[in-house]
Amino acid sequence: MTTAEPRLALATRGLTKTYGDGESLVRAVDAVDLEVARGETVAVMGPSGCGKSTLLHLVGGLDRPSSGEIDLAGRRIDRLGERALARLRRTDVGFVFQAFHLMDELTVVENVELPALLAGHSPRRARARAMALLDRVGVEHKAGSLPTALSGGQRQRVAVARALSNEPVLVLADEPTGNLDSAATLDVLRLFEELHESGQTLVIVTHDERIAATADRLITMRDGAFVDETRLTGGTSGRLGALAGFES
Amino acid sequence: MQQEVVLALLAKEPSHGYQLRARLRQALGPVGEAMNAGQVYVVLTRLEKAGLVTTERPERPNPAKTAKDPADRKTYVLTPQGQQRVAEWLTEVSWPKPDLAEFHLKLVAAAAAGLADPLGIVDTQRRELLRRLREAQRAAMAEPDGSDAALLLEGIVLRLQADLRWLEACERSWTTRRSTS
Repeated sequence: MTTAEPRLALATRGLTKTYGDGESLVRAVDAVDLEVARGETVAVMGPSGCGKSTLLHLVGGLDRPSSGEIDLAGRRIDRLGERALARLRRTDVGFVFQAFHLMDELTVVENVELPALLAGHSPRRARARAMALLDRVGVEHKAGSLPTALSGGQRQRVAVARALSNEPVLVLADEPTGNLDSAATLDVLRLFEELHESGQTLVIVTHDERIAATADRLITMRDGAFVDETRLTGGTSGRLGALAGFES
Repeated sequence: MQQEVVLALLAKEPSHGYQLRARLRQALGPVGEAMNAGQVYVVLTRLEKAGLVTTERPERPNPAKTAKDPADRKTYVLTPQGQQRVAEWLTEVSWPKPDLAEFHLKLVAAAAAGLADPLGIVDTQRRELLRRLREAQRAAMAEPDGSDAALLLEGIVLRLQADLRWLEACERSWTTRRSTS
């Protein structure tokens, strides 16, 4: 019997990423302390260049910090070697990007099963898992299509399915609705809500107030640091009528 | 509720009050939840007094079939003046007015008198708008595709987003002013 699962999916302490030196030193991420509980959805907002994407890359092992610590599910990852870090990116973290980053020459199901194949699962098992995930995100009928034949919203659903391929501890999303119209955004928000309800931990960096408003917690970032934190949970106020100008 | 709204709903066919209420509920979804059940009747009574609507009663009321509320036994019908008012209303250009000036002046006055930090006021407002956005967004997510109410909720969401963007502009501007003063 192993020890109990750690409460936190992610924790950083003094996480810092700098570029350049001397006069031209830029603190892209400046001593960030972040704790994300298992099952929590956290949105990070801030203007372009505030460091939110860099933060996401650091905690997902796509980039290395200049200093500070990162714990992913209780395991230090800031000092991992290149190979261990590559394995971590494949198995413990799922990424969703603004531009989807699907491989256009592979079919939808091939895109989704790729992470499982890279992690060493059998083709049969990888395919079965991919089909189950496509079913879960509602695009199983497009399994044999090329990504270019799909709408933006459908492509992002496929990207989410791919991110879930290896049952990651953490799903990281970078402007996931940046390329989507209003209806497709709603669609992706519903999908995130379903993931949230199933207990998936999500960290989303975004400009989109709609995502921010549906997260459990909203962190505002400026110049590489957290400047505000808001917990948005709570019941309804019944004021929708007033919001619509429909006075009751 | 605007009288014209009820008038226009009645343009489809002569209806009972509860039928109008059902049409409103259908179109508004969660937005209409706070609507008082008696409101439609209050408006209908006003419309009747104004000569825009008349009522018809069934000739021989069947107690088994009629609704409990006596007002529900009446069928409301548009008068020619009512028809005309609906036609006019449909061509009128009106749009809800946002009241940005008051908030803007609050920031200006707070900063000038040194009473409060404009950025603090912006923050408080932003949280409130985010809460409202959360509520509208959640309601929108719960609506089935293509529902009338979903379209209305999208409108609420887009307006709140626009307000939040303006608050960002306020924040940028007041941050710059503070650091240069």
